[in-house]
Amino acid sequence: MSAVNLSNITKKFGDVTAVKELDLKIEEGEFFTFLGPSGCGKTTTLRMIAGFYYPTAGKVKFNDRDMTTVPPEKRNTGMVFQNYALFPHMTVAENVAFGLKVRKLERSKIKEKVKEVLGKVRLEKFIDRQVSQLSGGQQQRVALARALAIEPDILLLDEPLSNLDARLRDEMRTEILRLQRDYGITTIYVTHDQVEALSMSDRIAVFNEGMCQQIGTPTEIYNDPVNDFVAEFIGETNLYNVAYKDNRFHCAALGMEIQVEKPLDERLRNQELKISIRPEAIRVSDEEITGPNALRGKVKIVQFTGAAVHTLIELSKGVQLKVTTLNEGSFTYLQEGVEVVLQLPPEKIRVVPSIRERA
Amino acid sequence: MLNAEKRKTALLLVPIILVLAGYVLYPSIETTIESFQRDGAATLKNYGDFFGSKASSNLEALWNSVYISILSVLFSALIGVPLAFIFNRYDFPGRKFFSGAAIMPIVLPSLVGVMSFMFLYGEAGLVPNAIKDLFNLSKVPFSIGGVSGILLVHAYTMYPYFYMTCSSAINNIDPSLEDAAYNLGSNRWTVFLKVTFPLLTPALVAASLLVFMVSMASFSAPFLLAGGFRVLSLQIYFSKINGNLEMAATQSVILSVVSISFLLFMRWFQNRRDYRMASKGIGAHRSEVSNPFLKWTMVCLGIVAMIILLLPHATLLILSLVPEGTWTWQIYPTTFNLENYILLFKDTSIWDPVRNSLFMAFVASFGCFAFGIITSYALVKRKFIGKNLLDILVMIPWALPATVVGMNLILAFNKPTPFSFGQTLVGTFWILPLAYFVRFIPLVVRSTSAVLEQLDDSIEEAAQNLGAKWFYTFRKIVLPIIMPGVLSGTLLAFVQAVGEFPTSVLLYTLSNRPISIEIMNQLRMFNLGQAAAYGMIQVGLIAIVLFISYKFLGVKSENSM
Ligand SMILES: Nc1ncnc2c1ncn2[C@@H]1O[C@H](COP(=O)(O)OP(=O)(O)OP(=O)(O)O)[C@@H](O)[C@H]1O
Ligand SMILES: [Mg+2]
Repeated sequence: MSAVNLSNITKKFGDVTAVKELDLKIEEGEFFTFLGPSGCGKTTTLRMIAGFYYPTAGKVKFNDRDMTTVPPEKRNTGMVFQNYALFPHMTVAENVAFGLKVRKLERSKIKEKVKEVLGKVRLEKFIDRQVSQLSGGQQQRVALARALAIEPDILLLDEPLSNLDARLRDEMRTEILRLQRDYGITTIYVTHDQVEALSMSDRIAVFNEGMCQQIGTPTEIYNDPVNDFVAEFIGETNLYNVAYKDNRFHCAALGMEIQVEKPLDERLRNQELKISIRPEAIRVSDEEITGPNALRGKVKIVQFTGAAVHTLIELSKGVQLKVTTLNEGSFTYLQEGVEVVLQLPPEKIRVVPSIRERA
Repeated sequence: MLNAEKRKTALLLVPIILVLAGYVLYPSIETTIESFQRDGAATLKNYGDFFGSKASSNLEALWNSVYISILSVLFSALIGVPLAFIFNRYDFPGRKFFSGAAIMPIVLPSLVGVMSFMFLYGEAGLVPNAIKDLFNLSKVPFSIGGVSGILLVHAYTMYPYFYMTCSSAINNIDPSLEDAAYNLGSNRWTVFLKVTFPLLTPALVAASLLVFMVSMASFSAPFLLAGGFRVLSLQIYFSKINGNLEMAATQSVILSVVSISFLLFMRWFQNRRDYRMASKGIGAHRSEVSNPFLKWTMVCLGIVAMIILLLPHATLLILSLVPEGTWTWQIYPTTFNLENYILLFKDTSIWDPVRNSLFMAFVASFGCFAFGIITSYALVKRKFIGKNLLDILVMIPWALPATVVGMNLILAFNKPTPFSFGQTLVGTFWILPLAYFVRFIPLVVRSTSAVLEQLDDSIEEAAQNLGAKWFYTFRKIVLPIIMPGVLSGTLLAFVQAVGEFPTSVLLYTLSNRPISIEIMNQLRMFNLGQAAAYGMIQVGLIAIVLFISYKFLGVKSENSM
């Protein structure tokens, strides 16, 4: 087991900067996730940890050892590839045994270890199958078993579930978490699926365009996003530009002063600002609500999704607002076209700097 | 910074570049230099002669080569394309068998094919004489020779290129495209013109270019059938035989220029975005022929076509059973036995050529095997500057006519060079294996590259990630996965080397006389039976190899060209 320390890493491909000045410390035994949209540099970072790319600048350390230019075969990381990368000419057992053979273990030891690991991923029955005769989920498990068998210091998973269907994905999520806890292994998980990231991780790093935007626990990232990109990328949110003057926030779109509980961080004072409020934090009613930040609007679209109801509300000047309420029975659903009253609770509003240019 | 990856790439490239420089580039350069020399002085005289009035036969030969090639493309297309349509679009009894038999010409090496055509349709051929007897004519009604003979042989041996490329293109057309056109109200003819035909165009162009190149390079057919008719590949041979190496070099350069421009044109054409089908996994849809009259006409036509197609093979087999000296003045042979085959094992002078051929083909294909693996690996999996150039250099021996390859080697190795370890190779045993090696490098590189491209990079990375060093990964992971492709290419190189005639006739010596040279000798001595028996050995080998490739290595016949 190792801690991973990336200090000031930059990776360029020609004139494309895939990763820019990344500073990151992953603790021993942690389940750490890289989350971000396509092309933001997640895979590139992971591959620098595995040793397939060397950083253009910066250092990669495992514990205190400098690994920056150590070749991949000497790093003892276990990687699970997006397409599994199973060796097609070998059986399940031979695939899992490969890394052990390279390490020159005794035959009997190898056999024992292969059995043990395949037991852990519940594939004992398939030990002598050719890998081409396995289903997608089973191949996924073989790939995991193969990576785990070498008892790696760090487990690296690059979108391991993206090729599976929804139900299998759920199942494998639990499975991966179980194995990670069992082995207590430092794990780095790459995904662009926010649900996956929020539900599995100890900590998450959110990437955008080669830069790490925020590092934190799932709740920190969801509840206290550091900027509008993070707020919008993780979960749904309502974002409006605000102007800060004399300790007040004026929102032109909503046409009112917004009251916010948390005082503004001094460092943000001179930046372009937005308020962010989650759809589920907004109170809606067809009766009068008193209190700060009350608004009026007209229900435009009601979308029923089972556990929750999403409602799109048009405020006076063509400005829209998303609201999510729990499904508490059919009598609580709003009718399209009716006038409603809304309130944005000041304690739920976050003021974030805007990093995206938007009209 | 020269990191480990770059060092490995460099290490791989060194042998590749040495071999290509020594045995492909250097010989071509020697030929070019020779073409600019006359009596030891640099001059443009040779080219002046070539294009001037002094040796008008050269220009005539160039022109003949071009027009024969164009006609060959036309005739091959006229046979191959309709056959591809009939066999892939209609279903009738025996379809499968007929479509399998339609590719039978590819098991005949060119020299053997021409030989059986002579036996069949030549001046003393079986067919014209049979007709003469049947109708009591005073002369044979027809016989092939000259242009008509060359064209007939070309059409027969080259239509499979059209047949195979069109078949696979037809099978790749998504039937729903045509259905959509019908649905929009087009009739059969418009659908064909506006939908089917444009979709086939890439395949047709590719096949045309290929046939054109192959027939520009064709040597055996003109060699045996041309009579006084001149083509460029043959002119090179005559110049060399007459000792006019400078003119032979000049002719080679001109033929090379034509061929290499075609190679570059083909690369450009194939790299262009073509109409690949977006949908996958569609089977051919064949319409059952229901009209009984039409159905049985088709079957009959199929049978007749089959007989014509297989007649050369049958003739070869029958003639190989005719012992020496039993067929002199009679019109038809009368005695049949296995003597020619038995002699192979009894008479060492008859067995020697077979042994030579097998040994030299083995050495050459082994070289291609090793060199092909390294080269394909470097070309497909490594990044380096000048890759495109290397790729072209590798394909050059494929584009160059065999006669030119032979001439290049003669002009390069008729003196000691570093690449031949200070030896004069011409006149020794080893010049022929070297020629075969050079000729068939592209074959192995292409078939290996095809499988390597299928191999995802992550497979190698996975092995590395599990702790395997590069060489271990290569041995245990990469090699086993690509082996079928490499082997099928190598086997093909082997059989082609066994049947190779043009370089053999330029470079053979008494000690390494291969089968094809012996066939030529036996023909000169009118010992047709023994020549046919040698031919049968080559045909048998090719058939076995194609069967193995198809059955065990999962290679489709159209990939074997
Ligand atoms: N080998 C390479 N050569 C050149 N550019 C590359 C290479 N690998 C990645 N890039 C570029 O670097 C950027 C980051 O790519 P990366 O693969 O890390 O994205 P990602 O976050 O993994 O995206 P995805 O979710 O689509 O997998 C992209 O703009 C990509 O085009
Ligand atoms: Mg990626």
